[in-house]
Amino acid sequence: MAWIELENITKTFGKVSAIRDLSLQIEKGEFVAILGPSGCGKTTLLRLIAGLEVADKGKIRISEEDVTFAPPNVRKIAMVFQNYALYPHMTVFKNISYPLFIKKVPDDEIKKRVNAIADSLKISLLLDRYPQQISGGQQQRVAVARAMIQTPNVFLLDEPLSNLDAMMRIEARSFLKYLLDKIGTTTIYVTHDQSEAMALADRIVVMQNGIIQQIDSPKDIYDKPSNTFVASFVGNPPMNLLEANININSAQAEIGSQYLDIKESILNLHKFPQNGRVYLGIRPEHISIYHESDTNNGSTLEGEVFVSEPLGFETIITVILGEQQIKVIKFGGLNNLKPGEKIKLQFKKNKIYLFDHETGYRINEIQEEDNEY
Amino acid sequence: MNKIRFSGAVNYIFLSVIVSFFIAPVIWLFVTPFSSSPSLSISLGTPTLSNFSSVFKDPAAVYSFGNSIIIAVGVTLLTVICASLAAYIFSRYHFKGSNFLIFILILFSNIVSGTAAMVPLYMLNISLGLINSYLGVIFTIAGGGIPTSIFILKSFFDSIPKSYEEAALVDGSSYSQMLLHIFLPLSKKGIIVIATLSFISAWGNFLIPFILLSSQSTYPASVTIYNFYTEMGLPNIGLISAYALLYTLPVVIGYLVVNKVFGFSFYGGIKG
Amino acid sequence: MKSEFFNSKFGIIVIFLIPALTLIGIFLIFPAFWEFYLSMTNESLMGINAVHPQFIGISNFIDVLTDPYFYNSLVVTLIFVLESAIIGQAGLGMLLSLLTYHKKFFRTLVQVAAVLAWIIPDSVVAYLWIAFLDKNAGTFNNLLALIGLSRINWFYRYPLTTIVVFNIWRGTAFSMLMFSAAFDTIPPSYLEVADVMGVSWWRKLKDIIFPSLKGVFFADLILITLWTFNVFTPYLLTQGGPGTATEILPIYIYLNAFQNFKIGYGAAISVIVLLINLVLASFYFILSKEKEGTSL
Repeated sequence: MAWIELENITKTFGKVSAIRDLSLQIEKGEFVAILGPSGCGKTTLLRLIAGLEVADKGKIRISEEDVTFAPPNVRKIAMVFQNYALYPHMTVFKNISYPLFIKKVPDDEIKKRVNAIADSLKISLLLDRYPQQISGGQQQRVAVARAMIQTPNVFLLDEPLSNLDAMMRIEARSFLKYLLDKIGTTTIYVTHDQSEAMALADRIVVMQNGIIQQIDSPKDIYDKPSNTFVASFVGNPPMNLLEANININSAQAEIGSQYLDIKESILNLHKFPQNGRVYLGIRPEHISIYHESDTNNGSTLEGEVFVSEPLGFETIITVILGEQQIKVIKFGGLNNLKPGEKIKLQFKKNKIYLFDHETGYRINEIQEEDNEY
Repeated sequence: MNKIRFSGAVNYIFLSVIVSFFIAPVIWLFVTPFSSSPSLSISLGTPTLSNFSSVFKDPAAVYSFGNSIIIAVGVTLLTVICASLAAYIFSRYHFKGSNFLIFILILFSNIVSGTAAMVPLYMLNISLGLINSYLGVIFTIAGGGIPTSIFILKSFFDSIPKSYEEAALVDGSSYSQMLLHIFLPLSKKGIIVIATLSFISAWGNFLIPFILLSSQSTYPASVTIYNFYTEMGLPNIGLISAYALLYTLPVVIGYLVVNKVFGFSFYGGIKG
Repeated sequence: MKSEFFNSKFGIIVIFLIPALTLIGIFLIFPAFWEFYLSMTNESLMGINAVHPQFIGISNFIDVLTDPYFYNSLVVTLIFVLESAIIGQAGLGMLLSLLTYHKKFFRTLVQVAAVLAWIIPDSVVAYLWIAFLDKNAGTFNNLLALIGLSRINWFYRYPLTTIVVFNIWRGTAFSMLMFSAAFDTIPPSYLEVADVMGVSWWRKLKDIIFPSLKGVFFADLILITLWTFNVFTPYLLTQGGPGTATEILPIYIYLNAFQNFKIGYGAAISVIVLLINLVLASFYFILSKEKEGTSL
């Protein structure tokens, strides 16, 4: 049996259904990120696992125990809240030791364990201060310490980095990953930031409107998104989704008034789209730009530069393609591409995604790469 | 506002008159107790503390002060306990009509207070066997003051984020541990405010003890002072003024406490 | 199992609410309703009706409504409320908040003085005024004598006026604090724009200040009207006299119930007063809803 099991969970608040018939299994020691935009139900899901909400329907099991109706304090879980929820009337030491204090652990043992944890989190010098007196990054580590000291079955983290400024966030993220890897406790991490999920998790659960869209490793989420939502949510800048019509017989996609060869992309179509209408997906980093004068074969499209944004290491170029716009990443140095310039685009052959226009689901098989990255 | 029709000087003169208006009758209270020739006019004579020693020698005065303390402390304890528990529920558990309920209770406590209900309150205390007892007075005053205390505390509690309580539960506390170690310390401020306000309201209450109590030994200071200046014969003005000043001091101190926690403008909404 | 969990939450809710609701139920709610019942009996504190009170329907109410003393009391009370609360406290409170707006020093000074008058306990304050207005030794008369005017026995010659002034003195602080707090919530830019446009102070009052303050204004009026209607403190000053010149309804009730021992009758008067209070409160409520439309 899995370490954490959610079976057919439904939760509504008044008229709003936050989670609909959701099932999920998490193995021991896994680091699972729950990723989605605000309002998708991810925080509700976390709170259900924590016991701060009770599901209307369904069951929750943690380490084989049915905890569906168990209150939070018996579930052997620890949680880091988005605003850290450090008790303002207690010192950092008392905050961290609180879980032990209420279990009536003897004082000298409390002292030992708090000092050990404070050491590993590099907050030993802050033990006498109050939460209001320390920085956001330090508060975050105190919150993590308070969770760690409980040696729980599961760590729950609710967007623990979102209250930090950009600089601090990157640093805290690496430290968090190192720490959680070392401890090895099963972790559930809620975030709306896809780069966080990608960087930290073993598996990502992508959610929208209370429904799981896809559960996969970060690599597979990125390389094989199962629908347009996942495809455009993960990746920065997001995947381009072009309106297109495909013709199986001629193995071509019609984009605006141009045609593109997609022979390799339609080798294993799961289903044939109605009227051939699809969304054609291609990530900005999989498009190459050529000058207008280069050879024109069926595998290139003509476009016009709209705007060019140099970011140092890379440049993001927005290109007008007929009635649509597409973003391209060009690596390396500055470019002399100016708005209005006519260029040719080439899509990397096995990186073209086809999504059914009605349902949004991916309908083509993506070939594994042997020699990429 | 600078273009108010009054020119600056007229404004200031008017305000000074107003300030004098408010202060004038009160000056007597701070002068006469120390006067060697206490009278209804403001005269200091040679400053002395002998009026205060008359107070301490007067058994009625001393006992009544003690009664005031008993009643006020009783009301305060009862109010704090009842109102805190109820306010916690109103704040943390939203059920249909909870706001309406509070509103109705406050309406009741304003309309059905003291004079409008003095008759049934009297009869009620008789039926419960509480007439002429501390408990009767304590219960009656507390009953009238709890709705407002709940209202004030609820808004205090509403401003405390729930995440502290949730964190405490997830950290492993039982419900009562959470309340004791986490919520209670965080709600100290609000509780101090309603404790002080309840104390003051009970301390100064004249009508309820006047109606419900009938023996000198149970009268609090509010009634005893009244008796002092309405009884037959020449009132001992020195005694009365000193007693009145001593009696007034806790109230002033209490409001200073509330002011410190809160700021002046909060009063809009509480007293009454 | 689901019920277990709910029982614990439900249990907590019930246990926490019981103390407050019980106390309020017995000492606040129940008396209100019992008053209706008592008003229809001939309950008394002495004599046979104390031992065997009888239900007499509405005959107490008929007696009250045909009692000239009741109408005297009603008129006195209405004058008292109109003059001391509505015009006096609210009016003076509003005036003072306006005049001290943005003048920190004066505002604090006036507030401290007014609040002092408000918080000193009833029995003390009454005596302060008895001393202040005493004909022979009182400070006020001393001042009058100083400028050549004759001494007056205020409680005897102008009793109603005296208690009106007393009540204005007593309660203005509340209205002033409420309005000052409300003024502070008006963004200064609103008034500055008006100044730039050269708007007169009367129009500023009418078009900017009043609409923003409407809610506070009516809330204040409701509260002070109800409080003044039910205030007992004048008893400590005049006991309703001389004669019945200051016999406001609370005093009238008290005298009937506790000096004439007519409990049932006193209850009937109280019920009528309660109804008047409800009518007044609803009146304000409706008025406050109606003036919608010009709010910013």
